[in-house]
Amino acid sequence: MLKINNLQARVEAAEILKGIDLEVKAGEVHAIMGPNGSGKSTLCQVLGGRDGYEVTGGTVEYLGKDLFELEPEERAREGILLGFQYPVEIPGVKNIYLLKEAYNAQRKHRGEPEADTFQFLKLVREKLKTMQMDESFLHRAVNVGFSGGEKKRNEILQMLVLEPKLALLDETDSGLDIDALKVVSDGVNRLRSPDRAIVLVTHYQRLLSHIEPDFVHVLSDGRIIKSGDKTLAHELERNGYHGIIEEAA
Amino acid sequence: MSTNALSQHYAEQVQRLQDGLPGAIPEWLAGRRRGAAARFSEAGFPDPRQEEWKYTNVRPIAAKPFVAAVTDAPMSEDALRAIGFEGLDAYRMVFVDGRLRAEFSDLADLPSGVTVQGLSEALSSDPDPLEPLLGTLAHDRFSSFAAANMAFLTDGAVIRLGKGVRLERPLHLLIVGSAGGPVTWSHPRVLIQAGEGSEATVIEHYADLEGASGFTNTVTELRAEAGAQLRHYLLQDHADSAYHVGSLFIQQRRDSRVTSHNVNLGGRLVRHDLNVDLTEPGAEIELNGLFLVGGRQHVDTHTRVHHSSPHTTSREQYRGIGQGHGRGVFKGRVLVERGAQKTDAQQHSANLLLSPNAEIDTKPELEIYADDVKCAHGATVGQLDETSMYYLRSRGIDAEAARGMLVFAFADEVLERMELLPVRTSIENRLAARLPEAGAIDVIG
Repeated sequence: MLKINNLQARVEAAEILKGIDLEVKAGEVHAIMGPNGSGKSTLCQVLGGRDGYEVTGGTVEYLGKDLFELEPEERAREGILLGFQYPVEIPGVKNIYLLKEAYNAQRKHRGEPEADTFQFLKLVREKLKTMQMDESFLHRAVNVGFSGGEKKRNEILQMLVLEPKLALLDETDSGLDIDALKVVSDGVNRLRSPDRAIVLVTHYQRLLSHIEPDFVHVLSDGRIIKSGDKTLAHELERNGYHGIIEEAA
Repeated sequence: MSTNALSQHYAEQVQRLQDGLPGAIPEWLAGRRRGAAARFSEAGFPDPRQEEWKYTNVRPIAAKPFVAAVTDAPMSEDALRAIGFEGLDAYRMVFVDGRLRAEFSDLADLPSGVTVQGLSEALSSDPDPLEPLLGTLAHDRFSSFAAANMAFLTDGAVIRLGKGVRLERPLHLLIVGSAGGPVTWSHPRVLIQAGEGSEATVIEHYADLEGASGFTNTVTELRAEAGAQLRHYLLQDHADSAYHVGSLFIQQRRDSRVTSHNVNLGGRLVRHDLNVDLTEPGAEIELNGLFLVGGRQHVDTHTRVHHSSPHTTSREQYRGIGQGHGRGVFKGRVLVERGAQKTDAQQHSANLLLSPNAEIDTKPELEIYADDVKCAHGATVGQLDETSMYYLRSRGIDAEAARGMLVFAFADEVLERMELLPVRTSIENRLAARLPEAGAIDVIG
């Protein structure tokens, strides 16, 4: 589904990604772990297509297409959804409106008719329940006045509604208490399916005890220095990033 | 026309006016009109050297020999429907080129204790009750436009609410310019006297028939007695070639509450002055404003909130959007008098520029002479937030639509304060139509 080959990127003058190789197949859950400053967020933003992140080398192929040929909205319509580390507050735009526009943009892209309001509301209500969110969230402005945990739940709510093929979660676990972490993880687990892939980018091992990954990669200084199965996360838990980084050096 | 010829033109009009004052007009009114005419003749139109007109050059107005429309322009229910508000259940007064057209107005079933009538009719039948209001809040020296309005006064609306009366349905003043000629001017005057504890909603709505390019020079005087609750809409949706200068004066007594919604969408050259005097404790004003300037439009709004008594409150939020070569100005003055302790004043001006050629100037002015007050203000001029754009696009919404959503949301934070849904929806639709990028927006969203 996603093939990253020797990806290099910089932000302003700083070289952040220095050659990343990663392949993600449908049905798989990958965790990319790494200390602060290792390039985790940059990788997410490059895959999302944010301005200011310049790709200086390498390729990324998504479902056989050159990802960098696609605008951010095209990536989304093709099934990539990025869960933001810091979800953006948008005053004046209601949550339900954003959801509906995004949902219909995808349907339109697939040549399907737009959903009628009644059916759409029914779908959203069901997903709200999963995320243990009150219906009032639909009528509030996107993320405005939401707590940290509510913002992250809202990101997963969007995922449940939009059903991406490839979900990229950028530190979705940071700043969550145990209860919220459980709700968010349950939401992500519901997305797991044989035709969908999930990439979790995280600093902490604790997320991985709720969402069990098939593969774990350690990112350090812009490169993946070690890959393994979920036991690698346990090793990280015991020895810290320090041990792995030294071992790789 | 040369400056001399113009002076001559207006001097003749003033003279005709004085010759034409019928004997029946009481002396107080004749005197006020004479004074205003003299003031207008003497001061002429303002020029940008005057501080209050620094950003707005009224030369396009001053260069034309305006005259009053002489005949009643053709009007139809269809034309009114097109410029009115769909679904609004309201009492209605229709003015065309400044004159009341009773045949299109509907004031049936007004509750007792409420008087709504045309100003011309009120002045000819029973003028004396107007003496304490007409020209008492709007002084001639405020501006030569206000003076001209008094001097050339023809018609307008008089609204008097008795003690404790509640007007359930809003009153819609639809003040329309016709395509009668490029140099017609009109001077509508709106007088609102809200008695103690009364309650009402008045919509002052300026619009034009297709192709109109006249000059509307309005003055509104609103006095809210103790405990009165007034909602006032000042909506300007003129044709893009029209000129509009409006001066609104609000005086509030103890515990009265006034909410003002001021929206400027149309017009070529527009100036609004909103003057609020909070004269007794407990008086509270909320000022909500939105202007959109595009093409070659110029819209200038000055607000002045005068806290002349302790324990008075003002909440002001104005937003501007500039596109094309549009030019917007917002100047908000808050004056807290010595002794006006416990004043609580908040003012916020936020502006959005969508084009590199648009310009918006915003200037808050706080003058505080009391020491135990709460005053806050903020002013911003910026572009659309990149991060928000990226966030929306990352959800599959294309750049155009995302832009439209954000611009619309920016404006709607002011419009959503409107209590009348049919007015709000209609304004939202008109706004969306004037924002090319927001054309695809479903405004009910």
